[in-house]
Amino acid sequence: MPLTPSSVPTLWRLARLDFDQVRQQHVLLYPEGAVLLNDTGAAILQLCDGQRSISAIATILEERYKCDVTADVTEYLSQLADRELIRDG
Amino acid sequence: MTANRPTTLLAELTYRCPLHCPYCSNPLAMAGASEELTTEDWQRVFTQARELGVLQLGLSGGEPLARKDLEALARHAHALGLYTTLVTSGVGLTESRAESLREAGLEHVQISIQDSDPETADRIAGMQAVHLKEAAAAVVRRLGFAFSINAVLHRANLHRIGEIIELAASLGADRLELANTQYYGWALENRNALMPTAAQVTAAQDVADEAIRRYRGRMQIIYVLPDYYETYPKPCYGGWGSVYLVVAPDGRVLPCHGATHITSLQFDSVRDRSMAWIWEESPAFRAFRGDEWMSEPCRSCPRKTIDFGGCRCQAFALTGSATNTDPVCTLSPHRAVIDKAIDEATAPIDYRYRYLKLETERA
Repeated sequence: MPLTPSSVPTLWRLARLDFDQVRQQHVLLYPEGAVLLNDTGAAILQLCDGQRSISAIATILEERYKCDVTADVTEYLSQLADRELIRDG
Repeated sequence: MTANRPTTLLAELTYRCPLHCPYCSNPLAMAGASEELTTEDWQRVFTQARELGVLQLGLSGGEPLARKDLEALARHAHALGLYTTLVTSGVGLTESRAESLREAGLEHVQISIQDSDPETADRIAGMQAVHLKEAAAAVVRRLGFAFSINAVLHRANLHRIGEIIELAASLGADRLELANTQYYGWALENRNALMPTAAQVTAAQDVADEAIRRYRGRMQIIYVLPDYYETYPKPCYGGWGSVYLVVAPDGRVLPCHGATHITSLQFDSVRDRSMAWIWEESPAFRAFRGDEWMSEPCRSCPRKTIDFGGCRCQAFALTGSATNTDPVCTLSPHRAVIDKAIDEATAPIDYRYRYLKLETERA
């Protein structure tokens, strides 16, 4: 199921966000794997609390970045959903 | 060539194990408890690994629960922020042990199962372990650990892959690794008894593909292909000394758990050197970084950035030189040794079980 702006993204139960002091970079850790995140990716994932929809996340980020980010946020989270790191609902 | 930062450390805390699986990746000649690193040694190793960039830690063996200091090691790893996995047979993972590991901050437990058929499972393990594993799985679920099951596949169980998947789901796994046997160490000794048939491999692939789709979102299934039946070799951990390292029970640091089979290399120990020096400077880790070491057909092959020439341990074991192309590759001049091994794999299933070389232990 592809994600849409009304989807409610939540991190996989086995995954957690962290900040790697060595690389000075946010990371998403899960069994046998790690994704090194850029600041934008980390900002998106920190807002995935299982309550907010993608639209709601995009609205918060729009205030920060001063542009419409709904499509970008949907695309980014869909890629992580393909890897089963993000779940809908 | 400069080194990347490693992401993953497999800590083989001990070779001691109550199971005797004939495909064990541990070496044939294993050190006993008296040669194992101390608690302080391991804690120093974890700290240095984190400083080097390691994010993922596997507490493995042997059976890591054989170490009485496992809780102290898990606690130290957690304090460093490592994502830590206990790689266990489940034997010895009692309620109280699991609770103290949870309390120490351990996040992820991986339990091995040998088969869906209890009788065959116990025959493969060389002990009656099925009921102990079921009990361990229940405790792991109850305490809320991230929970993986690992099953090694071979001729005696590959045709039951569907039942193995259903068993893992019924035990409540979040994640299932279905790993076709890789032929190193004990598995190479037992290759004729373990090698699946072509018909089994084809049928299993279909079952795995269907189950991966069906369980999506509920149980993540990772299917590791039987490399002897592949056209190209596996890209071992992104290439030699790229992201992965192993510390053996005696402190030697290895680029992969099978590397001790390459007898032409010498491996430095954390007893003598820092993890950073070993990763960045040691001759063993520099031996096959990049592509300078490659011979043909790898050297001029466009796939060299995809599979990095395949597995160095397999090249050494089967062709006599670690700089040769992995013979699994159909472009390798040594591919015939693989085809011959497949053709010969009709022997009765009669295992040579894994046993620790007996020596007086002072543990």
